Amino acid sequence: MEESRRRFFRIAAASLLALGAKPLKTLGGYGGGSFSRLGTEAPRRRWAMAVDLTKCREGCRDCIEACHQVHNVPDFGNPKDEIKWIWQEPFRNVFPAHEHPWMAREYRRLPVVVLCNHCDQPPCVRVCPTQATFRREEDGIVMMDYHRCIGCRFCVAGCPYGARSMNFRDPRPFIRQIDPRFPTRTKGVVEKCNFCEERLAQGRLPACVEACKERALIFGNLEDPASEIRQVLQNRFSLRRKPELGTQPQIYYLV
Amino acid sequence: MLEKALSGSRLYWGWVTVLVLLMGIGAFHYLQQLSYGLGITGMSRDVTWALYIAQFTFLVGVAASAVMLVLPYYLHHYKAFGKITILGEFLAVASVIMCLTFVIVDLGQPMRAFNVLLYPSPQSILFWDMVVLNGYLFLNLVIGWTVLASERKGLPPPGWVKPLIYLSIPWAISIHTVTAFIYAGLPGRSFWLTAIMAPRFLGSAFASGPALILLCLLLKRATGFDAGREAIQTLAKIVTYAMIISVFFVLMEIFTVFYSQIPEHQHHFLYLFVGLEGHGALVPWMWASITLAAISLILLLNPQTRQKEGWLALACGAVFFSLWIEKGLGLVITGFIPSPLEKITEYMPTRPEVLITVGVWAMGLLILTILYKIALTVKEEIGSESHSTPGE
Repeated sequence: MEESRRRFFRIAAASLLALGAKPLKTLGGYGGGSFSRLGTEAPRRRWAMAVDLTKCREGCRDCIEACHQVHNVPDFGNPKDEIKWIWQEPFRNVFPAHEHPWMAREYRRLPVVVLCNHCDQPPCVRVCPTQATFRREEDGIVMMDYHRCIGCRFCVAGCPYGARSMNFRDPRPFIRQIDPRFPTRTKGVVEKCNFCEERLAQGRLPACVEACKERALIFGNLEDPASEIRQVLQNRFSLRRKPELGTQPQIYYLV
Repeated sequence: MLEKALSGSRLYWGWVTVLVLLMGIGAFHYLQQLSYGLGITGMSRDVTWALYIAQFTFLVGVAASAVMLVLPYYLHHYKAFGKITILGEFLAVASVIMCLTFVIVDLGQPMRAFNVLLYPSPQSILFWDMVVLNGYLFLNLVIGWTVLASERKGLPPPGWVKPLIYLSIPWAISIHTVTAFIYAGLPGRSFWLTAIMAPRFLGSAFASGPALILLCLLLKRATGFDAGREAIQTLAKIVTYAMIISVFFVLMEIFTVFYSQIPEHQHHFLYLFVGLEGHGALVPWMWASITLAAISLILLLNPQTRQKEGWLALACGAVFFSLWIEKGLGLVITGFIPSPLEKITEYMPTRPEVLITVGVWAMGLLILTILYKIALTVKEEIGSESHSTPGE
């Protein structure tokens, strides 16, 4: 196991170097949107996502399944041990302050996609005693080092969004089909959405964005004024989860 | 001096045997937890800290309370505590070892614990907690042992211990303050997001720790050690004041939460005291805690009961269990209920989790028993020697 994982990292590192040699913009045209529209040409990068609540279909689980498939997220079949990177919650649970009794019923029931907010001021990073979770300066992604995490779960307590899951037991037997391109985790470490940094490094869109046929998920670089996400945030009203906490979440909800 | 722990009555050895057995049972279940993972406990995705971390939090308070004996004796030269400061220091040693063990037991990857030292992260409160707890353990072990050893030889303690003793006083405050900061600094957990957390922790600590020492002293008949009536009564007053302050701080929290009526803040307290949306696993516990607190205050405030050792022992037991429920059960678990996504997931510890917890407590009590045995035997020897040679 150890040996093959090491080999995987060697191959992965070599492929990344090879890919990095080519300019990212030539790697466009994936699924829901073209990579060049993300704003990869800007000198600085700050990845963010907008979720279009008007387009998200009830009962559709495409983004969830795509994400959990490529990231080897296990399915334990019980809520106690559950691990999730992206999932749906009723509107009233995601935006409790915005709910009122006269709101249209479909709004209150509306499934809202939730995931790690990749905060600009992430409390989880602040509280981690080993820097196993950290914010990548160059593009703002909040990442995890699964080999450094001691499983103290301070980050879980620190996250105001419930975005983090603990591996309460060995996840490997519960992964439907292991994708060898992404590492599996071990018991006793915390995990969460990584904004598909492994795919971005290859010039590919996040798996959830690519999987969404309704184009309800818009991903891109906030530092590029021409990017699609900047355009859509400029033209439409958007909400963020618990903005009053000052964490500066980078998932925007278009209403 | 360690040899003093190797000879004792049948009662002593019986007690030690029970503790070792409980430790063995705990260790066996811990090995199971190591191989299965923390899923063996009642913790879940929503309630990720529970019994272990709650014990840790409660015991940091017990450890910090040693200062209630050290401070009057060393800063105010309150001679009546001369005989028992060592008991406070040794209680601190046993409690801090339990605290550290509970943290290790709670880790998902305990073999990586040293990553905290390999990648020191001063922005993390847990890092500072590790620093202050280990420092406090070191201070109390060195101070307690050195002072006792000199006392045994009939010498005054060496000069270099004094600065360590003075340092240990603010250090005691720091361990519980830093532990409170673990909770009080988290933006999304409204139950803990309160500036009174650290004062409240200290208030309850200064009641529960001295209450435990008083209980041990009142059991003096088992050892023949007499702390003296004055020391016991002063300690009883300390417990009384600290318990009043502790209850007062909780009431202040309740006022702020229910008068402001901010739902996010109210939900946790409702869950804790009356139940929320049909969930209320902690409600009977909390009312037991309130009842015990009331009983203890009645017994402690009334001088007639406070001065009778039987009633005082009962009051101290009530204080200890009331605060154990408040901090060792209610405070940590309720922070997670409801979750940031407004879900209520109940928590119930599992059998292995309880047995591991009991095992760690047994380990702490064994350390405490050995340390107290040493301290009390040495004191008795000095006492009997000075009786036979009054000129000394």
